Amino acid sequence: MNQLKRFAGIIWLLLGPVAVFYLIRTAAAEIAKKPVIDTKIQWGVFVVVFIPIAIGMMIFGWYALKGEYDHLPERSAELID
Amino acid sequence: MKETKGIWKVIGASSLGTLIEWYDFYIFGSLATVLANQFFPKTNPTAALLSTLATFAAGFIVRPFGALVFGRLGDLIGRKYTFLLTLILMGGSTFAIGLVPSYESIGFAAPILVLLLRLLQGLALGGEYGGAATYVAEHSPPNRRGFFTSWIQTTATLGLFVSLGVILLTRHSLDADQAKSIAKFNDWGWRIPFLVSIVLVVVSIYIRLKMKESPLFEKLKAAGTRSVNPLKESFGHRSNLKMVLLALFGATMGQGVVWYTGQFYAQSFIENVCKVDFDQSRTILIWAILFATPFFVVFGSLSDKIGRKWIMLIGMLLAVVTYKPLFNQFVSISNEKNKEEILSRLEVNTTATAINKYSHDSVKMHTTKHFYTDSSVVTEIKGEIVYVREGNFSDFKTPTPKIIKKLGNGGYWNMVLIVFVMIFYVTMVYGPIAAFLVELFPTKIRYTSMSLPYHIGNGVFGGLTPFIATLLTTIYTNDKLVGLMYPIIIAAVCLVIGTLYINNKINVEVDD
Repeated sequence: MNQLKRFAGIIWLLLGPVAVFYLIRTAAAEIAKKPVIDTKIQWGVFVVVFIPIAIGMMIFGWYALKGEYDHLPERSAELID
Repeated sequence: MKETKGIWKVIGASSLGTLIEWYDFYIFGSLATVLANQFFPKTNPTAALLSTLATFAAGFIVRPFGALVFGRLGDLIGRKYTFLLTLILMGGSTFAIGLVPSYESIGFAAPILVLLLRLLQGLALGGEYGGAATYVAEHSPPNRRGFFTSWIQTTATLGLFVSLGVILLTRHSLDADQAKSIAKFNDWGWRIPFLVSIVLVVVSIYIRLKMKESPLFEKLKAAGTRSVNPLKESFGHRSNLKMVLLALFGATMGQGVVWYTGQFYAQSFIENVCKVDFDQSRTILIWAILFATPFFVVFGSLSDKIGRKWIMLIGMLLAVVTYKPLFNQFVSISNEKNKEEILSRLEVNTTATAINKYSHDSVKMHTTKHFYTDSSVVTEIKGEIVYVREGNFSDFKTPTPKIIKKLGNGGYWNMVLIVFVMIFYVTMVYGPIAAFLVELFPTKIRYTSMSLPYHIGNGVFGGLTPFIATLLTTIYTNDKLVGLMYPIIIAAVCLVIGTLYINNKINVEVDD
């Protein structure tokens, strides 16, 4: 199971940049199609909000790949390093 | 029994305040069209821009920011005073929105004020939930934490229920003549749901003031072991950050999209895609909420016995597998081609009214009513401009054709059943999640650590569902169900992550 968790980490690590690429490409295409302020704000908000989340997904993938989730903490003391 | 002494007071005080906060937050969204006419006229681009900002910024940027601000405060000064503060902030800004004069009266100050107040609402909501869930959980005995916190979980849905109820009631009770009542509501009656909120908030503040601080927080305070920098300890330390990320990608992200698809996108789909009339599309949701709400408590309680993980993940799995067939049923039920028309009852009416008092040109409206054997009625309204002289001399636009469907009894209750099923999924993913989140983090940084993943999952991933789903239908116009790809993909990714990485273990000790 731990091997699978680590292997899946690669997928989560790659999912972040793929999502950002797809998001920015769609945003640019939609803004070009209808260059009004509403479209720019909508897509601007999507990009601004989802980029940090995508970075979070990459960090999650990295942690998974490194085996950080092989064992989950059972006491709070394990969470404060 | 000693363990649960006074718990119902704690639950009552916390739930009432949280319910009011959700009510306050939702009335703005439910009255978006009316508010747009009052404060954000489409003819003025800057006002329209402020409208878009009010819609997007409050839900998606300010909510997680509120989670950070108030989460930190809750871990530093205590749960009780922090979620009292969020309640005052939310109640005050909601009441103030009800008092802001319209754009016609004070110009640009109106949309700017409403935008600022809406941002305050988002900020307050970001701080409320984590506080209430933490407060109740820290009073609950370990073996019933899922059950007691599930009462907090009912408040978001009940807040939506109350907001829909108050709006429908006000809309229809301002005049004996229904058309006049709706006109009055659109003119000034919309302020009532905002103003009413202050009474509820004052009562709730009074009750909360009488409550004591969380016993676990008091213990930390007495021992001098409170966190000095909750933000750094929550997100700057790898061992805690990994749990924050796991909570987000393995639980709250999927919960958010299931929540908003079942309760918001479903209603929007019934009204805008299936063309079911305003009142019916809302009462369908009201009935479904009423029947499904007890299941929040059922699943919260069940999670104390069998663990939180699989209840939440099965809810997500069911959503992923059945959303398409369920939404397809909406289309099928509302499609008049599947019904037998009573041709003898066909009604055609034409009315003509002058475009304005200075013109002889007029708008001719053709209303056709089709009646069906299942007692449903489809009304088609088409308009045309009739010019006195040949050629187009006016910039008055031809009214957009409208179709309004009133479902028969059978169709109506079938739709209630389908929405009920979707809210049943919501109760599975949402009922146990407060206990799940509380148990992931230590007391000293619990408020901060659980609030952020919750508000990114629920506010950002979930809150964006209606927008992204609608947006997809405008990009891929041939498929009415294409909007569902967003919640299905997000819930599926969350399901895989949750299955692989989350433990089904119930963490008994949360007082460390």
